[in-house]
Amino acid sequence: MSMVTTYLSWALLVLGGFLCVSGSVGLLRFPDFFTRMHAASVTDTLATGMILAGLMLQAPTWIVFGKLVMILVFVLLTGPTAGHALAKAALHSGLKPLLPGKSGKIEADTHPSAGGV
Amino acid sequence: MESFIHIIILSMLVTTAVAIVRVKDLFAVTMLAGIYGLLSASFFVLMDAHDVAFTEAAVGAGISTILILTTLSMTGRFEKAAENPKSNYKPALALALVTVTGALLIYGTQDMPAFGAADAPVQTHVVPRYLNDSATEIDIPNVVASVLASYRGYDTFGEVVVIFTAGIGVLALIMSTASKAPVALRASMEEHVVLRIVSKMLIPLIMIFGLYVQFHGEYGPGGGFQAGVIFASAFFLYAMLFGLTAARKVVNNTWIQALAALGVLLYGSVGVLAMINGGNFLDYNFLAQDDVHGQHMGILFVELGVGITVASVMIIIFFTFSTRKQRDGEPD
Repeated sequence: MSMVTTYLSWALLVLGGFLCVSGSVGLLRFPDFFTRMHAASVTDTLATGMILAGLMLQAPTWIVFGKLVMILVFVLLTGPTAGHALAKAALHSGLKPLLPGKSGKIEADTHPSAGGV
Repeated sequence: MESFIHIIILSMLVTTAVAIVRVKDLFAVTMLAGIYGLLSASFFVLMDAHDVAFTEAAVGAGISTILILTTLSMTGRFEKAAENPKSNYKPALALALVTVTGALLIYGTQDMPAFGAADAPVQTHVVPRYLNDSATEIDIPNVVASVLASYRGYDTFGEVVVIFTAGIGVLALIMSTASKAPVALRASMEEHVVLRIVSKMLIPLIMIFGLYVQFHGEYGPGGGFQAGVIFASAFFLYAMLFGLTAARKVVNNTWIQALAALGVLLYGSVGVLAMINGGNFLDYNFLAQDDVHGQHMGILFVELGVGITVASVMIIIFFTFSTRKQRDGEPD
């Protein structure tokens, strides 16, 4: 039993760590604000959730487990909300996402502020 | 391994500091300053200074970021001095000053004992006494709380008075002109349904956490300063999402100013009560039938006074700044 939880916990931790790294790469390399933000918010929720789940499996007492659950709930509430607020603020101030043009290729929006943050 | 993490965090601190100097957008600078605070907090955790880390995270990364953002919404987002030829903008002078001061500070560290050295004054002076006797004299698990609230009660009283004075200063500078009819604030976030619902879920949790930090300060990291800041941030969140007019209905101006003074008064009264009972100022041993009980009561009330003052002053500063901005009618 403890062997299984240990392996499962490590699998979750490593996967969470990998998502953190891939999220950071996405944040640096994605073409426009909205895709970058997507990378950041995936890191925020999924990676943090996986790391917390991995830690929960190793929690020595129920109190620690409960605290981790509370942190998870808090992260799940705030992360997506922050992403939503960011995206909304960006759209509100006139930033348009990069979309495929008529030719099917992604082209920069004509809006002067598009693309750069 | 640990020194490896130290090096990483310290180099991130340096990078952030350089970025703060280089970036011209003050909004980004504020965010970088918040990151700087969070990094410092992580560093303090590595140094096993959990109370300091908690304070840094709550104050440095949290509340000061919000307050600076509020200020920025009044003053504008970009530096103006550099473009104005008549201004006294002399970056070379500032750089020279900073370089000289930094060099002197680094020179000063030559005489300091190595980090963690056994013969350092911090290990030989009063700290051993606190560490050895706190368990019997004060009997609370968190020695930081017993040093802060009991052994060093005068210092903490001074800190609370400083915060109170800051609140009065802000009021004296800004409030006098802003006391006229409260303009109905355009609910700038009216359309943000998601934010409003989530914040409605979070505000009670933030307040409960604030109270937990307040009354758990004797048992773990926390105490009045952190709790006051966390408690105030719940009000900030409410004011930002539901508008100042709604927030003003929750927080009465007169009451909040009275509360700011009440916290300091409570702290001082505990000291005076100890004097009435025959002890020295802030000598909690004289508060109850036996010494340890007295210490517990003293620390509880003193921390409560700190919490009330800090929370009220933060709310006062935030509301005063926001009201000012609203009155000036500047766009966001």
